[in-house]
Amino acid sequence: MGQGERYYRTELAIIGSGLAGFAASVFALARGIASAQVGNTGAVAYTTGYLDLLGSCRGLWLDDPWQGLELLRESEPRHPLSRIGRTAIQAAFDQFSGALTEMGVGYTAPAERNHLALTPAGTVKPTLSVPQTMLPGIEARKAGVRTLIIDILGLQGFSAKEFVANIRSSWPQLSTAKLSFPDMESGGQVFPEVMARALEVSSHRERFAERIKAALGDARLVGMPAIMGIHHPDRVHAELQRLVGVPLFEIPTMPPAVPGIRLREMFEQGFPAKGLTLVPQQKVKRLVLEAGRATLYLQDSFGEVMIESKAAILASGRFLSGGLTAERGGVREALLDIPVTQPESRADWYRQDYFDPLGHPVNRSGVEVDSSFRPLGPDGEPVNHRLFAAGILLAHHDWVRQRCGAGVAIASAHKAVEAVADMLKEQ
Amino acid sequence: MVSGIETFETEVLIIGGGVTGTGVMRDLALRGIHCLLIDRRDLNAGASGGNHGLLHSGGRYAASDSETAAECRQEGDILRQVAPDCIDDCGGMFIAVEGDDPGFAERFPGYCEAAGIDCESLSPAQAREREPALSDKLFAAYAIPDATVDPFRLTLENVNHAQQLTDSLFLPHTAVESFEIANGVITGVLCRNTKTGGMRRILVRQVVNAAGAWSMDVARRAGCSDVSLLYSKGTLIISNTRITDRVINRLRPPGDGDILVPGGTVSLLGTTSDNVDDLEDIRPTVAEVERVLIEGTAMLPCLEGTRFIRAFSGVRPLLLPAQNTADGRSASRGFTLFDHRDQGLENFATVTGGKLTTFRLMAEKTGDLVARRLGNSRPCKTATEPLPSGNAVRWTEPGFAPRFWYRRNDPTDMILCECEMVPQSAIDSIIESAPGAESEMTLQAIGVRSRVGKGSCQGSFCSIRVTSHLYDRGVYDSARGLHSMRDFLSGRFKGVQPILWGEQMPQIELSEALHCSLMGLDRLDGKANDPEKEGSG
Ligand SMILES: Cc1cc2nc3c(=O)[nH]c(=O)nc-3n(C[C@H](O)[C@H](O)[C@H](O)COP(=O)(O)OP(=O)(O)OC[C@H]3O[C@@H](n4cnc5c(N)ncnc54)[C@H](O)[C@@H]3O)c2cc1C
Ligand SMILES: Cc1cc2nc3c(=O)[nH]c(=O)nc-3n(C[C@H](O)[C@H](O)[C@H](O)COP(=O)(O)OP(=O)(O)OC[C@H]3O[C@@H](n4cnc5c(N)ncnc54)[C@H](O)[C@@H]3O)c2cc1C
Repeated sequence: MGQGERYYRTELAIIGSGLAGFAASVFALARGIASAQVGNTGAVAYTTGYLDLLGSCRGLWLDDPWQGLELLRESEPRHPLSRIGRTAIQAAFDQFSGALTEMGVGYTAPAERNHLALTPAGTVKPTLSVPQTMLPGIEARKAGVRTLIIDILGLQGFSAKEFVANIRSSWPQLSTAKLSFPDMESGGQVFPEVMARALEVSSHRERFAERIKAALGDARLVGMPAIMGIHHPDRVHAELQRLVGVPLFEIPTMPPAVPGIRLREMFEQGFPAKGLTLVPQQKVKRLVLEAGRATLYLQDSFGEVMIESKAAILASGRFLSGGLTAERGGVREALLDIPVTQPESRADWYRQDYFDPLGHPVNRSGVEVDSSFRPLGPDGEPVNHRLFAAGILLAHHDWVRQRCGAGVAIASAHKAVEAVADMLKEQ
Repeated sequence: MVSGIETFETEVLIIGGGVTGTGVMRDLALRGIHCLLIDRRDLNAGASGGNHGLLHSGGRYAASDSETAAECRQEGDILRQVAPDCIDDCGGMFIAVEGDDPGFAERFPGYCEAAGIDCESLSPAQAREREPALSDKLFAAYAIPDATVDPFRLTLENVNHAQQLTDSLFLPHTAVESFEIANGVITGVLCRNTKTGGMRRILVRQVVNAAGAWSMDVARRAGCSDVSLLYSKGTLIISNTRITDRVINRLRPPGDGDILVPGGTVSLLGTTSDNVDDLEDIRPTVAEVERVLIEGTAMLPCLEGTRFIRAFSGVRPLLLPAQNTADGRSASRGFTLFDHRDQGLENFATVTGGKLTTFRLMAEKTGDLVARRLGNSRPCKTATEPLPSGNAVRWTEPGFAPRFWYRRNDPTDMILCECEMVPQSAIDSIIESAPGAESEMTLQAIGVRSRVGKGSCQGSFCSIRVTSHLYDRGVYDSARGLHSMRDFLSGRFKGVQPILWGEQMPQIELSEALHCSLMGLDRLDGKANDPEKEGSG
């Protein structure tokens, strides 16, 4: 080892710090598998905070995602979710949402039915597990409770009037108010993350609660953009409710949004304490697979980092995260050039209509895996018996149209970690 | 709507809100005449919003059509005087690279001289010193006085000025359906309001058909069969940055992908030329983009690795002299003014063909005819009267919004479009007073009047921010605001789809996640957004 090199040895190396990567770490830690995780944690900060299992199948919204999975198995047998048993998927969701709750961001336990979660546009979407701070709004819409929706002076991309104008047909009893946030009253731009951190301080909470109360009118509930704290959202939520005197709820905002930032910071701080080696900002430059080991090579400003492991899970995402790259001639997997299933030519990547309910063929491109979720090489055989793949990098799904982003990530991570555990046991 | 016909009255109805129609509107208003301008969609919905923005020196036509070339040169000089704010006088170059005909290159200065175009011979080293991005396979180069022009600004300023002069009016989404004719005179024109579906009757003394590629269709509706056009589709691609300072032309007879035109902070490479039969649903394709790119790379090898943010297509109306079956590029680029007298109409004129560069001249000739028919003897003033700029028509210029914003230095005037730095106040002034401003103004209409959606994110983020702002201001109070956002994004996608590779892929993936997963825009229609009524079957 030369100067400035750092070297880690572990059982499992997880490449990727999106939902799939973090889910893999949750499952590996639970099984006592020593793990190291790398990749930019910014990927989780994009999410709305909702954990979708499956919201749409054959173009129809799903009330019952479990029944939806049955339909999916029939119509799309190669879909990643069709290749994982229901019990395993349920266990994965239970364990993952439970871990989030335990680590400080309360999530609802997955149930038999999808929630109809609220979006900042005033539309709704089916999802399985939601942050506790968002649940009261979902229930209030169902019950038609008289509710005040507030937005905040200087907060872009979130308008209470927009929310109300679009959701009014299914939730008529709404009013709106625009509040200024304490000490951010200039009218200039304000940011959700900054307000969320401010609300962790009691004096800010008190002043903000006063302003909400003044605007309450005859509303029995208050909805607002997601700004109720970063590290202890449930505590901030409870405190604000006590101060205002009525139940409150959060509505997601456009990224970078607080619900994702919460997950990122929680993982970054909570996992190392549980024994995970987390190298959060660097990309793996090279992955070398040899007879007895998989070695990851990274580079940061202090020099080279090497991680040697017995197994590796590739959870490097798609184009946005750099797991896949798109050249004029075709789509490629970025790290090992693993074959990517894809449409024949670039002219077939997208349909003409951006919002075509069928989604776009290129979204279904990705890597193929065997029954143990090992990626397949050009010969149709696993690239290496130590290499597994998870997350939206996999082929044959369209997580955006099917509302199954977290579902694919969590369930496939669970499957891959199980396979890793089996492999490690055999040795 | 039986009783719901809206009636308007004007001296001159002008059909078509491109540079030509708006040019005629201003020309007539400067003679004191009231006009009503209509477009079935919006300003610049046709070729005037889908062209290269090249203010031709005439060099490109010098070899084949020295009359057109000379016309371009003269008009270019006039526009530099009267519309300096719309023009970037960046200069141009013609270059030949390995494989091009050296004979053509040698004859080029002679062609330019015949058309009166300045042409300076450059050594390959000189050319590459001026434009380092040029290929090292270059063997001949000439500097010529090309420039670029912002057609959006031209159009907006034309309308704005006409409104100021004679209270002339522009009506968007108003499509001509039929003409009411009595004794060889058009007395009224029936139009469909394409937004509401309602009818509009316009009572007129004179009618000008400036519907560009659609002018043949409009003329036929008036019973005139003398306008015969060839439709030539052209596709261009826009890079993320400005690649050269000057306009770069390939020194050869016109072909695909042989002009690179700077447009403020970006460059436009084009174009193709393919005959089409149908004017509806014109969109750029992957195959066209590949063709343009392969040809362009011969002049500028760096295009191989350039990030492109958008492609677009326009249709050239090319006048077809009887029995001419020539292909698109060799049909006439000149324009024709039809007075339709031999078709039995006394107050109908059609002006079509031509170029952006020559729109003023086209408008002058048309204005002369219409004014004469109205008994108005005032002369055309557009060759000397400068275009005034107005607050609501300045926002199409790349780089204007950031300059304005920094100068104004008001932190409460938030930036809504980050790529192009368009502030809230720009949107506010557009919805209040830009030509064609109306209630429930669509994002598309705001886009035509500003740089919103034109940067590297192609509207992914700013559409969300602008929509929230419009709801906040009370412009929208129903689901129509979200529908407008969806339509805007669908429209942008036409141009985005064929250039999706490389760095645009992360961008579009994030966009889809935002627009569908976060906002639910793919599920706006009917029961699809009401899952409770659907069950899971
Ligand atoms: C705007 C938006 C909204 C969303 N909303 C929802 C929602 O409402 N519900 C829902 O369920 N899901 C949602 N998602 C989807 C979800 O967040 C995840 O994208 C998805 O679940 C898949 O995660 P992943 O871990 O497979 O991939 P990603 O999240 O893309 O993560 C890939 C990771 O791999 C890393 N990586 C790539 N290459 C390397 C390398 N060479 N070395 C090391 N690391 C590497 C990246 O840095 C990144 O950390 C949303 C996503 C976005 C973008
Ligand atoms: C790809 C391409 C590149 C070009 N590059 C250049 C260049 O670099 N330099 C240059 O000088 N010239 C260029 N041109 C030519 C130039 O763009 C056109 O000559 C010019 O824009 C024509 O303007 P117009 O107003 O006559 O027609 P248009 O701009 O096409 O306007 C016609 C309008 O009529 C409307 N309309 C149609 N039917 C109806 C109806 N029934 N009722 C009401 N309205 C109707 C349409 O919506 C449209 O807005 C280019 C053209 C193309 C296609």
